[in-house]
Amino acid sequence: MLPELGHFALILALLLAGLQAFFGLAAPALGRDRWLAAVVPATAGQAVMVATAFACLVASFVRFDFSVAYVAQNSNSALPLVYRIAAVWGAHEGSLLLWIVLLACWTVAVAFGVARMPVRFGARVLGVLGLVSFGFLLFTLATSNPFLRLDPAAPDGRDLNPLLQDPGLAMHPPLLYTGYVGFSVAFAFAIAAMLEGRLDQAWARWTRPWTLAAWAFLTLGIALGSWWAYYELGWGGYWFWDPVENASFMPWLVGTALIHSLSVTDKRGLFKSWTLLLAIVAFSLSLLGTFLVRSGVLVSVHSFAADPARGVFILAFLVIMIGGALTLYAWRAPLLKSDAGFEFASRESFLLFNNILLVIAAATVFGGTLAPLISDSLGLGTLSVGPQYFNPTFLLPMLPLIALVAIGVHANWKRGRLQARKRPVVVAGLAGLAVSAALVFGYYAGRPGLALVSFALGAWLVLSSLVDPVDRLRRGLTLPRAIVGMTLAHVALGVFVIAITAVETYTAERDIALARGETAHVGGFDFRFEGIDAIEGPNYDGVHGVVQVLRDGQPVVTLHPEKRRYLVQQSVMTEAAIASQAGRDLFVALGDDLGAGRWSLRIQIRPLVNYVWIAAALMALGGLIAASDRRYRPSRVPAAEPVATGQGSAA
Amino acid sequence: MTRYLLPLAAFALLAVVLGVGVRHSKDKGVVASPLIGRPAPQFTLPDLLVAGAPFDSRRMHGRWHALNVWGTWCVECRAEHEVLVAARQAGGLPIVGLNWRDDEAEARRWLAQLGNPYEAVPVDAEGRIAIDYGVYGAPETFLIDPAGVIVHKQIGPLTAEIWERDFLRRAARGKDGS
Repeated sequence: MLPELGHFALILALLLAGLQAFFGLAAPALGRDRWLAAVVPATAGQAVMVATAFACLVASFVRFDFSVAYVAQNSNSALPLVYRIAAVWGAHEGSLLLWIVLLACWTVAVAFGVARMPVRFGARVLGVLGLVSFGFLLFTLATSNPFLRLDPAAPDGRDLNPLLQDPGLAMHPPLLYTGYVGFSVAFAFAIAAMLEGRLDQAWARWTRPWTLAAWAFLTLGIALGSWWAYYELGWGGYWFWDPVENASFMPWLVGTALIHSLSVTDKRGLFKSWTLLLAIVAFSLSLLGTFLVRSGVLVSVHSFAADPARGVFILAFLVIMIGGALTLYAWRAPLLKSDAGFEFASRESFLLFNNILLVIAAATVFGGTLAPLISDSLGLGTLSVGPQYFNPTFLLPMLPLIALVAIGVHANWKRGRLQARKRPVVVAGLAGLAVSAALVFGYYAGRPGLALVSFALGAWLVLSSLVDPVDRLRRGLTLPRAIVGMTLAHVALGVFVIAITAVETYTAERDIALARGETAHVGGFDFRFEGIDAIEGPNYDGVHGVVQVLRDGQPVVTLHPEKRRYLVQQSVMTEAAIASQAGRDLFVALGDDLGAGRWSLRIQIRPLVNYVWIAAALMALGGLIAASDRRYRPSRVPAAEPVATGQGSAA
Repeated sequence: MTRYLLPLAAFALLAVVLGVGVRHSKDKGVVASPLIGRPAPQFTLPDLLVAGAPFDSRRMHGRWHALNVWGTWCVECRAEHEVLVAARQAGGLPIVGLNWRDDEAEARRWLAQLGNPYEAVPVDAEGRIAIDYGVYGAPETFLIDPAGVIVHKQIGPLTAEIWERDFLRRAARGKDGS
């Protein structure tokens, strides 16, 4: 009964989303103000129906209803409760429903937000979001219904993908999707502004917190996925330039450009058409990411059993949504000229270059991700694009970007006078260089070159970002949340650059055979092999090596890399041991028994690798803090007349 | 005005490429595995039917063979099983049946009742080997060449037609070629 109820709720949600889109878009366009009253009820109804459908699917999982095909395919009677719930988004159909649920959550939040904005504008925003919901609901019902029944019911389920049976990966999709879907809000604001035919600074100020929040969630989602691959799956790295990773990274890059471009539109009323374009592109790339993952046009480590019929549907949806948005853009953007100017070394210039570099970076990732597909489509054979392409091409725009941020945070709006702020920038730069030299020649002792440059850039960015806020605090001024968030994110970016540089340059690795009592010296640490102990687990027994790690003769930590023998000592699995320290990760894996008490060991020291994720989390936190700035909250309901235009009103 | 049309034009181009890509993926039928063209992961596991003599995947080296991932809890595997039994009777390609996260007693009963199409039945009770093979859900079947390289992957149940087209013919072509 529950699955039918869920299915029915999904159909009702489709109809209500249709009404939401129709009234939201048609009422302002046709000037029928009485229809405006229908928009919010339709929105609320849609959200309730979506929530009902989702609850029905969760309940089917919780109650082991193996008569539902999707449940039978992704659950099992032995699966614990928490993974039965996570299994809801363990495969395609449920992931889509999760997408729709999160879109409904954002839509409800927006409905509260736009209540304080001009009523027609708010209706249009909700109308656009309704259109997106409609498309995804139609997609789900037409090609990916999670409520289909099995006849006869399966006696048991075929279990959740084992990779997903873990807390980190269970949380990864919801966070990532919250970010993806969140860009639909900026998209809806952009479309609404173009339909209104006017875009002022108040518009940018309303759009900013939504975009910042979406960006922060996307940052967290990407970081969690990367952390997971490194620590738990032991993939031996934190980023693989896999198509599915890239699919989430491209909207992130464009989204980063968008939050900066929005600040210019907010503060100075400039870059209007550019901001609109970025808002469209950020969401388009989110949709494209869904398309790439779900249609099976790209091969990846995340490969899903994809269905070409779904690919055709998503492509059609992409063409309608993105094609429609870009057509509207071509028609309306030329009307949004802004005549204010700015000087060369003003903050506007820096943010313009920031945008250009971020878009170039996104374009290189885009090209590398789609090149195999294009080559395949043109019959040029299969092409594999890997880190040897992505690493250097991505670094090229990124290094100058870091320098631009370090200087740009001191630039003034409009005026190009950096003179007054020259001293702190230069001092921070010299200090950064000193830190870098100390790290390269002192602490890590060796391999200068690129490391020297990027350490210096990272340290410069950290110090330079802190100059202004610290100065303000010293003068007894309070910092608005927007500044706190921005500073935190920029400092985190600097830390991120330093961490990536350290781990890419100074990872020490050795494969070595040791007998009991022997010591290997790797990267300033002594790894003393103390021999092998027998261990016994619930489903396995085996051995673990005891490796005492010492530094200057002092014990640091004891690691226990395991070799597990599952089932009567026959299936052998290796479990590496990782110890996270303040400055590095120590990694030991147990290799083979070489006889006579000698074992082969793989020893790695990855400096600062944990700061990669700490920095990403701080960036996201910065985004959320900035999003909560009071300045972004519309303070009052303006009269029936839409937003007043002009520069002065929104200062 | 024209510069505002550029994004639309770029998107139109992209849509064409994606459209062609989708049509191609239809020809491919299913998503290929990134493991195709790579050496099949090695493993040693107990054999369901031969006590005390573990199955070592290297035993199959030098022969074309199929690795079929199955479990008694898997609904589609039951329908597929008839195809596999028929395939074994017809001969042609030895099949190794990786028993995935299953109850051993039930698996033995299943093979006793429905017939055993497998040359060997390694038991992957913890699903560790299946992870190495990137198995997403049973049934899945890999075609592995004499050098131990994965040539093809079938996601979902085999039919007689798929078995003939994607497995027997590929193996036959490979044999002629070498």
